[in-house]
Amino acid sequence: MDTDRISAPGTCLVVDDSRTVRRAARRMLEAQGFIVAEAEDGAQALEACRADLPDLVLLDWNMPVMDGPSFLRAARAEFGPDRPVVMLCTTEAALERILEALEAGAQEYVMKPFDETILRDKLAQVGLLPQSPA
Amino acid sequence: MTPQGFDVVARLVKARSGLVLTPDKLYMLETRLAPMLRQQGIASLDALALRLGRGAPEERLAAAVTEALTTNETSFFRDGTPFEHLRKVLPKLTMARPPGAAVRIWSAACSTGQEAYSVAMLAAELAPQLGGRRVEILGTDIAEEILARAREGAFTQFEVQRGLPVQMLVKYFRQDPAGGGRWRIAEPLRAMARFQSFNLLGDPRALGTFDVIFCRNVLIYFDPPTKAQVLAAVASRLAPDGYLYLGGAETVLGLTDRLVPVPGQRGVHELPRPAALTA
Repeated sequence: MDTDRISAPGTCLVVDDSRTVRRAARRMLEAQGFIVAEAEDGAQALEACRADLPDLVLLDWNMPVMDGPSFLRAARAEFGPDRPVVMLCTTEAALERILEALEAGAQEYVMKPFDETILRDKLAQVGLLPQSPA
Repeated sequence: MTPQGFDVVARLVKARSGLVLTPDKLYMLETRLAPMLRQQGIASLDALALRLGRGAPEERLAAAVTEALTTNETSFFRDGTPFEHLRKVLPKLTMARPPGAAVRIWSAACSTGQEAYSVAMLAAELAPQLGGRRVEILGTDIAEEILARAREGAFTQFEVQRGLPVQMLVKYFRQDPAGGGRWRIAEPLRAMARFQSFNLLGDPRALGTFDVIFCRNVLIYFDPPTKAQVLAAVASRLAPDGYLYLGGAETVLGLTDRLVPVPGQRGVHELPRPAALTA
């Protein structure tokens, strides 16, 4: 059914210590209509969330100062279980890591390397984009 | 990209997958590998070729390149609509069968098995509502190497991120301890599906009857008479109360009167019902 047209997908905070990854993610997200902000680590991300809670956080695992899971736990404690939607985006690809992130309250998990199609699929799964037609 | 660089990538991909890349496919290299180059911080295709052309190229890099270039346009739960429909109708269809009978689902043109295993996952989720009846899934395709992959039920990291919610990944897949970041479908689900070679232009009677048939994004490759022939053959294999799923952009209109679209359900078709029942 072609009922759910979403005009503005919303805001996304990209959290990654690599400028290259942040740039690539920003471009892909902006192409889908997201308004994108960036943070270089979990602590910066937490500050950014306090200032303006985004709809989505795209979250790297390994970062200096505060890593992804620490941010995730802090964010869930502070902002609750549903908002923001948190999607890990990391080279950590072991099943135990994914389970750990889900347990900590992540809604989705992207294993790097990723591309625009994967990101789009995942955004559709968490309901931030409409399901793509075949 | 230099011809030498192209050659390095082409040879690697051919050796690993059998896919032949001719120089006119340079655009494909560019579009498919660009995201990977960005993620890995590799400056250009030539820089990539240089790394792959070394005596012992990094395994993960070589695997990622091959995957990016060979991944079929297929994903789990592709185009959600048929699966949402199936989720609603499978319990009713199943309970209409005699106890002990299996519900049979056909994934025609199954490629590497994502559609068949999506059905298997759905059946596993719905198991409490299926009254203990078995679900039998048949996947058919023409390419033997693709069928072999489907039977194996092992998917690359790229493939398991296409259409598959991560919750289902961790529930129904296990990481292959042997190799290359692959994920393997859980054995009970793999056991629900069988894969065999079948050409859609052939005689389907030996396959039996099916309660649900997926035949999506295949008709687009055929001319109208062939489309009509395939649709008639598929209709002949469908149980009277069964459903056929076509691709969202595919239609039976003007091709056959043996199938009718289910109103309001994109791609969902059924056999014409007696007028009294359709209202």
